[in-house]
Amino acid sequence: MFAKDSEVVIRAKNLTKKYKDFVAVDGIDFEVKRGESFGLLGPNGAGKSTTMKMISSVSQRTGGELTILGKEPNTHGPEIRAHLGVVPQKDLLDRELKAWENLFTYGRYFGLSRKFLKQKVEELLEFAQLTEKRNSKADDLSGGMQRRLAIARGLVNEPEILMLDEPTTGLDPQARHILWDRLFRLKEQGVTLVITTHYMDEAEQLCDRLIVMDKGKIMAEGSPAALIKQYSSKEVVEVRFGTDKNEKFAPQLEELADRIEVLPDRILLYTEKGEELLTKIVDAGLHPVTSLVRRSSLEDVFLRLTGRTLVE
Amino acid sequence: MITQLVVSQAVAIQERRSARPGSSIYSGRASMLLERGFRAFKSSNWMVVLSGFVEPVLYLLAFGFGIGQLIGNLEDGLGRPVSYAAFIAPALLATSAMNGAVYDSTWNVFFKMHFGKIYQVMLSSSLGPMDVALGEIGWALLRGVAYSLGFMAIVTPLGLVTNAWGLLAIPAASLIAFGFASIGMAITSYLKSFQQMNWVTFFMLPMFLFSGTFFPVSVYPQWIQMIVQALPLWQGVELIRSLMLGIVDWSLLGHVAYFLVMIAGGLWFTTVRLKALFMR
Ligand SMILES: Nc1ncnc2c1ncn2[C@@H]1O[C@H](COP(=O)(O)OP(=O)(O)OP(=O)(O)O)[C@@H](O)[C@H]1O
Ligand SMILES: [Mg+2]
Repeated sequence: MFAKDSEVVIRAKNLTKKYKDFVAVDGIDFEVKRGESFGLLGPNGAGKSTTMKMISSVSQRTGGELTILGKEPNTHGPEIRAHLGVVPQKDLLDRELKAWENLFTYGRYFGLSRKFLKQKVEELLEFAQLTEKRNSKADDLSGGMQRRLAIARGLVNEPEILMLDEPTTGLDPQARHILWDRLFRLKEQGVTLVITTHYMDEAEQLCDRLIVMDKGKIMAEGSPAALIKQYSSKEVVEVRFGTDKNEKFAPQLEELADRIEVLPDRILLYTEKGEELLTKIVDAGLHPVTSLVRRSSLEDVFLRLTGRTLVE
Repeated sequence: MITQLVVSQAVAIQERRSARPGSSIYSGRASMLLERGFRAFKSSNWMVVLSGFVEPVLYLLAFGFGIGQLIGNLEDGLGRPVSYAAFIAPALLATSAMNGAVYDSTWNVFFKMHFGKIYQVMLSSSLGPMDVALGEIGWALLRGVAYSLGFMAIVTPLGLVTNAWGLLAIPAASLIAFGFASIGMAITSYLKSFQQMNWVTFFMLPMFLFSGTFFPVSVYPQWIQMIVQALPLWQGVELIRSLMLGIVDWSLLGHVAYFLVMIAGGLWFTTVRLKALFMR
């Protein structure tokens, strides 16, 4: 079972999902290689969770092709799911059971032995830093703890592919960094990660390659660095003139930069040389209330591709 | 190590099943749901569970021994006299089996489907929809069996089981519980609101009162008899009454067949529905 690096573990061709007449995923193509960490980005309703569910073989596609580890999900659902760890966007914990029982029972669904699970559950409680809360009912855990429990649950069956739908939403910064670290370690062990997120820093940190989706379609694909290079300039200048005035100065600023983006609270100017541009702005007699020069990030790529900011 | 690249146990377990027919919907682990059931049950409300059991016992006391005094003896199918209590006890046993099975497979399943969300979780493991269907039906069936065992433990010392065939009443009650659990869950999986659920409860009461429970169906005109005889409770009452009164012939297999069809049908529709609801 030691596979070549280039082995494709998930392959989607023209993958489509319709709910009645509504097209949630609109003919997308992508491949995920073994050991890779693959990201799905996109605004709310883009179709990320729907795609994740189809890969997890808990939702049937309505068109196109999809294979996971070379298997067809429509006919080999349970077999595929035995290879996968699934962390759904909604935690979906078993509220009638205690924290440790949530892990134990889920492992039993895979047919794992009690002996094996006894040890595994301890290991995972520690991983999720929930050892002290082991006997709490799932409902009595805080939101972040529930999230961590759901992530631990996804690891019970020692998956080869881990599907994480917004894994760090609701986690405090510390827990987030700890989780990143754990995910890195899983990746080092050869686990393939498929991640959706609304945090660009997370995507930059975790994903080798990602796709940006909007309205069920893929807008762009590549490594974080390549996407930044392709879709954004090197630097960005952010200026604020005060809420009502941003629109007013936009036309003047447009002439100075390669491209601008007017947001409700600020204006972003894309350029190769940030400081120079800022000087030009001031020379032109415009005096922003605040200004900032920074490097271009995935956030800018996202904004360009979807016309929306990420954090709502 | 959290995970490794050799084949995990979960995968090995699943691959052993992959050649079997139906492996896309059934993984042979319905019993894992029973395990979960016991874990969750430890903390559940015992009063609710007990009250369902007590109901038929109260009917037996009030009608069998109270009103039975006024009625005197009836005749069984062979013209022998039977006390009124001995006449209704088998019917109430069938009712116990039905009640236990139906409580779990309707209301409890309804809550799990719409609020507990546990079926989504199960179906994201390597269980298939038929594991979930069979497991939940099995859990409901257990409650039916528990109720009937309890009921038997009460009626036997009272001298209401008079012959050896009566022992078969227990497997018969289990069969009845299985049938009701199966059909109960299938119907529930199609219902969307509390109102619709109330209709189920509403339908249960007349079925309980008029399925030959407290008096023979021969009092009805022919066409009503035919309707009643098509109902599952009448089928169950007839089966158990025949066994407990020792009137045994091949026709009882007809009742058994009725329940087998009910079990298979319920299981199938539940599986289809689980798939449609949680794997869409
Ligand atoms: N079961 C369903 N029935 C009908 N429509 C659905 C269903 N599930 C999702 N959709 C629709 O499909 C679209 C994509 O939803 P999806 O959950 O995949 O978005 P997402 O990219 O995960 O968004 P978010 O970032 O908000 O989680 C949405 O418009 C949603 O309303
Ligand atoms: Mg989502």
